Amino acid sequence: MASVSETHAANKPGPARWLVVLVPYFWLLLFFAGPFLIILKISLSDTAIAMPPYVPVFQGAIGDFISRLDFENYLFLTEDPLYIRSYLSSLRIALISTLLLLLIGYPMALAMARAPSSLRPTLVMLVILPFWTSFLIRVYAWIGILKPDGLLTLLFQTIGLMGPNEQVQIFRTDIAVFIGIVYSYLPFMVLPLYSALEKMDNTLLEAASDLGCPPLKAFWKITFPLSLPGVVAGSLICFIPITGEFVIPDLLGGADTLMIGKTLWTEFFGNRDWPLASAVAVILLILLVVPIAIFQNQQKKVA
Amino acid sequence: MGQGMAKSLGPVKRKFSPWTDPSAVPFIRFENITKRYGDFTAVDNLTLDIYEREFFSLLGPSGCGKTTLMRMLAGFEEPTEGRILLQGKDISGVPPYRRPTNMMFQSYALFPHMTVEKNIAFGLEQDGLSKVEIAARVEEMLKLVKLEPFARRKPAQLSGGQRQRVALARSLAKRPKVLLLDEPLGALDRKLREETQFELMDIQTNLGLTFLIVTHDQEEAMTVSDRIAVMDKGVIMQVATPAEIYEAPNSRYVADFIGDINIFEGTVSSTESALGAPGAVRIDCDGITVAVEQECQAVKGDRVTFAIRPEKVRISPDQPSDTSVNAVYGEVWDIGYLGDFSIFLVKLADDRIVRAAQANVSRLVDRPITFGDMVWLTWPLDAGLVLTR
Repeated sequence: MASVSETHAANKPGPARWLVVLVPYFWLLLFFAGPFLIILKISLSDTAIAMPPYVPVFQGAIGDFISRLDFENYLFLTEDPLYIRSYLSSLRIALISTLLLLLIGYPMALAMARAPSSLRPTLVMLVILPFWTSFLIRVYAWIGILKPDGLLTLLFQTIGLMGPNEQVQIFRTDIAVFIGIVYSYLPFMVLPLYSALEKMDNTLLEAASDLGCPPLKAFWKITFPLSLPGVVAGSLICFIPITGEFVIPDLLGGADTLMIGKTLWTEFFGNRDWPLASAVAVILLILLVVPIAIFQNQQKKVA
Repeated sequence: MGQGMAKSLGPVKRKFSPWTDPSAVPFIRFENITKRYGDFTAVDNLTLDIYEREFFSLLGPSGCGKTTLMRMLAGFEEPTEGRILLQGKDISGVPPYRRPTNMMFQSYALFPHMTVEKNIAFGLEQDGLSKVEIAARVEEMLKLVKLEPFARRKPAQLSGGQRQRVALARSLAKRPKVLLLDEPLGALDRKLREETQFELMDIQTNLGLTFLIVTHDQEEAMTVSDRIAVMDKGVIMQVATPAEIYEAPNSRYVADFIGDINIFEGTVSSTESALGAPGAVRIDCDGITVAVEQECQAVKGDRVTFAIRPEKVRISPDQPSDTSVNAVYGEVWDIGYLGDFSIFLVKLADDRIVRAAQANVSRLVDRPITFGDMVWLTWPLDAGLVLTR
């Protein structure tokens, strides 16, 4: 009995414990829920040539204020096919990129996890190393590599793969966007995969082999299913931000590379249509809540 | 399970000794096996025969090469030199998934994402058996290890003992020619371990399989095995039945490793018939004269080891009639009460300690012999051992 009451005492949150629990909630409230509510409100407003460039602005009369909010901007998003196409194009690019990242990242993570344990910290370090340089600079560097008279053309010409008058024509195309995205997000894919694979008990594969399962089959029956939490984590960590990606398509993509991040930027800064831009942002958020919910669910299942 | 096989012989050890039959063909033969890891030699030119239906133990301290030897048989390691024959066929280079051996891993190595059923069925699925056959075999295995109610559980939802049973069922499901058990009971508590040992023996007898078990627990090896190989530093010190290993160890190492034993260094003073018994040896162990009735190669002047198990030493406050041989006098220095036995540590005049065990046959709490008592320790001529290496 004594031990039972002791456990209860230990589980009863004291004031210090509450503080620890509340800090992240407070943080989310201040920097996520607050701004989101502001964006939501703006998305229900109308454009105005004013500062701020929308009406109504809350001035005390709450009934009047609410009555002037409407869903006009959301309606407009469905009327102009540009927005739907942007969303779909973003999702398509994010999906393809995530698959490419998995295809490239999984073998990398597997090789890292199977490397001698003395070598592993170095390999992890090498994966993280690009973060020491600014993301923006690294994407700019890709311009230098991919542009028609860039390093890639030079390389191909030097090794004789291309004639002196030929040039690599991938800069400002979707291919360049994919290269940029895969390059930038690879560490975010590799690290969760690595941590899932590294935890795996090697004797499981020995047991599979012992029971008559050849190595390749053992990979699909044992290694892959056990790494699924890593696959899901890596895919979502990549898929979600890629969907809203703005910098990479803007710097490496062509005029016809449609991504919702670019569309949003144009609405906000180009057209100065804050309410419409806000509506675009809110829809994007809702679109991404679905995969986040799946992720959460998966995490719960693992735990 | 075939009806013929199912005859229960009970826990009583059957009369079974193919190793004494020179015409018997070994089921497994390790032939001059050497395994090196860089500079380290894990197994050193080892030759060993194991017979069909034998329950064979590899016993030794950690790092003695016993696990390496087993892993070479399973195919996880290849010998640096030598070859392994299974039913007369060299199995070098055959990958583990094509060997007719199955292993029960020390960590159990259960697949955490599969149910108990799926774990047991895994090996059968690799053989391409039909669904009906697999289901029948899985059910049979679940029954064998008494886990029917847990078929749909995942390994994480089982207790240690239940997991151990799943591992056993999984490794038995394919009816391997040889079942390899790597410290199979290490993670179980003592009571459960003893129970499981007897169950293992029953299963082995009933299914008529050959079991090779690796263990560092000598009691476990003694309980379950037909024969034991005691290993040290990559070589086999002795291969014999549990009783032979215990009663007639061939070396000081084996004598010391198995059970409790008193060891004295001495010089052979005469090999003539001591006290009229033929083939006896008389040894002078720094003032203690011992006589042993044992055929041995030692000649006068050889340095040998005299060893005697504590339970073979009689302890008494009364002086024996002959104190010149096989008798020492000392003070009871410590008593270890083990319940069934008490171990008396007797300190001789020259500070040497001799251990004597006495069965606690009565429930007397006040023992006739207690701390500080002066006692005589004696033993008969055939109780001790002369070890020449």
